[in-house]
Amino acid sequence: MAFPQPKPQAPQLPQHLLRTIDCQQGAVRAVRFNADGNYVLSCGSDKSLKLWSVSQGTFLKTYSGHGYEVLDADGSYDNSQICSCSSDKSVILWDVATGQVTRKLRGHAGKVNCVQFNEEATVILSGSIDGTVRCWDTRSRRFEPIQVLDEARDSISSLKVAQHELLTGSVDGRVRRYDLRMGQLHVDFVNSPITCVCFSQDGQCTLSSSLDSTVRLLDKSTGEMLGEFTGHKMKGYKLDCCLSSKDTHVLSCSEDGFVYCWDLVEVCSPLCFKVLNTRLINTFPGEIQLCGGVANANS
Amino acid sequence: MARDDDGDEDFVTFGTALEPLEDDEPLRKPIPLHEQTVKDEKGRYQRFHGAFTGGFSAGYFNTVGSKEGWTPSTFVSSRQQKADKHHARPEDFMDEEDFGEHGIAPRQITTSLEFSSSRRDEAAERAKAVGAQAALIPGDTLLEELISPAKSSIGVELLRRMGWREGQGVGPRVKRKPRRQQQAEGGTKAYGCMLPPAGSEDSEDEYEEFAPDNVTFAPKDVTPVDFSPRLGVQGLGYRGLDPGLALLGRGADEHIDLFRPQSESRSRLFGDARSSVRRGGVAGQAFGVGALEDDDEDVYHRDSMSRYDTVLGGEEPGDGLFGWTAPQQYTKKKDKSKDASYLGKILEGFTLAQNPPEEKVIFPPPALPSNYRPVHRFRPQVDVSRLSGVSPALAQALKTSRGHMIKEDPQQEGRHQLDSGQRRTMLGEDALKGPSSVMDLLRPEDRQRLLNLRNSTNPTTCTPVSTDKSQVAKQDLLVGVAPPPSGLQQQQKVLAAWRGSNASTQTFKPFEKTPSKQARYDLYLDRLRQGDTDALEQSLDQTMTEWERSREREEFVRASVLYRPSSSSLSSRFTSAKHKEDEDSVEVNRDEEGDVDDKQNAVKMKMFGKLTRETFEWHPDKLLCKRFNVPDPHPGSGVVGLPKVKRDKFSVFNFLSVMESREMAAPPKPPESGKKSRWDVSQQETKGTSEDPQSAAQTQPETKSDHSSDPGLPASSSRGTSAASRTQEKLADLQSSEKKTAGDEEEQQEEDEEQEEEESRPSMDLFKAIFASSSDEKSSSSSEESNDEEDRKDKEEGKTDLQPANLFTITTSSVTTSSVTTSSVTTSSVTASSVTTSSVTTSSVTTSSVTTSSAITSNSHTGAASYQKSAQEELEFGPKLPPPSTPADRGGAAQICSQSREEFSRKKEKKHKSRKQNKHKKDKKKKKCKKHKHKQEKKSKKDESDSSEDMDKDDDDDDQVSTAELLKRLKNIQSHRTR
Repeated sequence: MAFPQPKPQAPQLPQHLLRTIDCQQGAVRAVRFNADGNYVLSCGSDKSLKLWSVSQGTFLKTYSGHGYEVLDADGSYDNSQICSCSSDKSVILWDVATGQVTRKLRGHAGKVNCVQFNEEATVILSGSIDGTVRCWDTRSRRFEPIQVLDEARDSISSLKVAQHELLTGSVDGRVRRYDLRMGQLHVDFVNSPITCVCFSQDGQCTLSSSLDSTVRLLDKSTGEMLGEFTGHKMKGYKLDCCLSSKDTHVLSCSEDGFVYCWDLVEVCSPLCFKVLNTRLINTFPGEIQLCGGVANANS
Repeated sequence: MARDDDGDEDFVTFGTALEPLEDDEPLRKPIPLHEQTVKDEKGRYQRFHGAFTGGFSAGYFNTVGSKEGWTPSTFVSSRQQKADKHHARPEDFMDEEDFGEHGIAPRQITTSLEFSSSRRDEAAERAKAVGAQAALIPGDTLLEELISPAKSSIGVELLRRMGWREGQGVGPRVKRKPRRQQQAEGGTKAYGCMLPPAGSEDSEDEYEEFAPDNVTFAPKDVTPVDFSPRLGVQGLGYRGLDPGLALLGRGADEHIDLFRPQSESRSRLFGDARSSVRRGGVAGQAFGVGALEDDDEDVYHRDSMSRYDTVLGGEEPGDGLFGWTAPQQYTKKKDKSKDASYLGKILEGFTLAQNPPEEKVIFPPPALPSNYRPVHRFRPQVDVSRLSGVSPALAQALKTSRGHMIKEDPQQEGRHQLDSGQRRTMLGEDALKGPSSVMDLLRPEDRQRLLNLRNSTNPTTCTPVSTDKSQVAKQDLLVGVAPPPSGLQQQQKVLAAWRGSNASTQTFKPFEKTPSKQARYDLYLDRLRQGDTDALEQSLDQTMTEWERSREREEFVRASVLYRPSSSSLSSRFTSAKHKEDEDSVEVNRDEEGDVDDKQNAVKMKMFGKLTRETFEWHPDKLLCKRFNVPDPHPGSGVVGLPKVKRDKFSVFNFLSVMESREMAAPPKPPESGKKSRWDVSQQETKGTSEDPQSAAQTQPETKSDHSSDPGLPASSSRGTSAASRTQEKLADLQSSEKKTAGDEEEQQEEDEEQEEEESRPSMDLFKAIFASSSDEKSSSSSEESNDEEDRKDKEEGKTDLQPANLFTITTSSVTTSSVTTSSVTTSSVTASSVTTSSVTTSSVTTSSVTTSSAITSNSHTGAASYQKSAQEELEFGPKLPPPSTPADRGGAAQICSQSREEFSRKKEKKHKSRKQNKHKKDKKKKKCKKHKHKQEKKSKKDESDSSEDMDKDDDDDDQVSTAELLKRLKNIQSHRTR
């Protein structure tokens, strides 16, 4: 049309803390938004998984059934189901409304680090310390995974699903991207244990943070490095990183308790803001919401 | 039937007699009809509706209504109750009256079996009595006896119908024989178990005396043997304390023997009247002596422990001199004499044997001679007479060779001189199936060669070889090549060999990995057996391309030659394994991930992209694709995950993560070439190996071909795994000078060859090349080893610490059609017996004009020409087949190969798009050189620099350098060294 699009405002850094929720479940291992960003799941080390409302900050439900601390969780697109994984080697599919265990999936040989639904919540993908990613079918009653991706040579630390692609980060220093449509596996070597991987919002890049205190933005198709973000400290802990909702900023947790924020294009000095003992980070389109989990010292 | 036992015998009455009328009974008046009423249980009168129309209870209280009245109740669907609706029983349709006492289905408790005190079955009773004795509580069966059912079992009923009577035995009726005879018979035959003499028999003996001859008797009833299991922990034959003995206090002086089966109580049970002195009845200490008791017994009986055994076993001789150290007379006595107590302890069911068992005489072992040594030495003897197809000269040679192997003792004569074959004939045994000697399996020309070898090695015992055949063989030996059997000839031979052979014999299946091919091969064999002359053509698949067919044709012929029935007759001596052991191969990912070092460097240099990116073919599960709403990227592939390939379990290449070329080459490339030999190396790799074979083995992962090339890029035609040369050093401290001289000579020779065929020579990468052995005649062992599997070579390569000189002393004995001379023979004299560099030639094999640059190994050993036959097959069949060989093939192959190699290199040039990559490679190489320097400290510095320089040069313009150039350079190096 004739009217020019309003000039996009320069993205602002988060100015104020919206809310702090005291989860009261020990160290919080992961905090995840649901699909529309109205709810938050917190994974506690007291074996419980809690659902919170973001707007009110009220506690909604506890999902208990894990045998050990919950390490990751994900909500399905329709908010009807939650999957969570735990150190007890199991992945649990929850019914949101009733809080009952719909399915308990066992098969991993070690603690399960990360879990994700696929887009339609028909498959649960879980990455474990045993180096495998297991694809669980939520539709059938099979207790065996559909497929086991055992290409990684070390623990899977992070895992993301986008449409037909599966991105895994492993401690063996490789970011693997399984392309189901092409039937290909792309392996990017980073040479440092990967702590977190994620796709960019436009799906063209992958972001990976590794234990050499670097966050790298790699081109998805060629594997070339588009940006390298340093300045924070990530040496020994599995901390998260992510891109902002419009791919304008790169955010990463740091071991010094700050969340570092880089401009995607101008990779200069990082801007950082402090969130108390931030361990985990997650953004959601629309508003930059940062979830800081209060983790205990020795977590 | 009832028999009247009354006085009048004239009448026989049938049926039940009526009760006798009594005189004073008044006559009963018939009940009038109106008084014949029926009332139900509540006293209400019931109307009789008719015998067939409901009897007394028609309808609902004599109406046609129902409980609900006239109107039928509303329909109630029983659909929901389907599950719990049970099947209707007849009782559901019955009235209450029917269940009554006089109804049709009375419901009341009745006895199911009639009880009565019938005639006692004595035999059963006896059996029971025996059983009671054996029971835990003696007299246990009393209760059973009380309520024994009158109804006999169906077996008994049947027997009765057949004429059996109680008290009789079962079986055909027999004539009774005189007692004496029986006894005599019984006396002789008493080996096994016999039933104890039944007491009842004695009583019947009296009748036997006047038994008429024409009367048969039923066999005597026997007491059933009690087979009740022993439940207690008591020993065999334990009877328990007889209550009759112990409680009644009889025979206070008597010794109570718990193990005595024939105790009095027992014999009493068997009905022996003679022993029963005392009548039954309650008696004992508590009741005193009754009036009926005759004898005045000791009422106040005291039991003494002396009546019981305190030790197991019989009493020992009184003087206490017993045990195994006892004097002879006691122990002997025990053996020989059967004392009475022993006799009394015969177990039930056993009798004493009449004659003692024969004593087994054990002879003492023979005394060993003083010079006896308990080691057997086998003498290798070849049965010359049995070698059918062997020439007399060979036989002679074999005979002499036997003398050579073992010191023969001239004194030893006679049977020690015989071999197994002779002994067999003497014993008249059948000859073993299959060939009797390995020599049978060899072909005549090979035998000749062997013979010649022998003659040359021990000239003193040499017999004049006069046959012209051996002359020919000698020439062959010089030439080093077996006379090339043409394809047609070979086919004829195969046909002759297979014709009429037994199809049932299990033949080796060389193409087992590809079932369709194996099927064709089987078909081919079948046709051969039938004597089809054009079996080969018929069995081939017509849909295949001409090239494929020709290839298969060759393979089939070769396979059928190698596994012809003669060798399968050898297999008749062995049993084939039931389960195939396919354990020597493991599944490995087809696409190995590239080398980490390169990537690490790339990461350090922040050169992400092609260097760090690797792309594999990955097969998602079908279901996974479905769940992701994605079409299957590889439809029809049964693979899930990364495609796997089978490799040898113990191959070094499983551990050295070396890349095999992932991409199949250009389209015209035949599918078979997918299985490449490891000799088929990319240029870079060969450079790696050229530096030092030892370090090459270690640095192979690094020299891995540039894997970052996209799948889209046309693949470089063949990138094998690595070049691995196998060389042997028998002496570790080998003088390098020796080698060098030898090498020089070889090089000379090589040059000559080169002159001869400038064009046809394959572009010889020295490094993947051909290490012909020099002194092979001397070391037959090494020659055989060199025929080993490639894998082994590869492994050994790691071990052998070769000095670089060795590498260059290698001759390339590529055999061509034109050149008749092989290098191997001449050099042998130079490198004396100490040096044996068994080496391997690579000759490129291509059967088609298309670029198949699969180079393969063969060795140029003259001694083992038979193996040489088919080095080609090593590729196709695996290591089991010996190398092939028509030289014609080889020559042609070489030519083609050279061309293809050139083409390949040109292509490659084009393909290397990224300069970076190339640079990087060079970097790598330089680095390697450095490493190499560190490792090879022994190496003289000068040589080192020389070679490395050279290598670097090679690296720079590897694509351009022609092979001739390379060779020349190498020669230069050689000459430097020797100086």
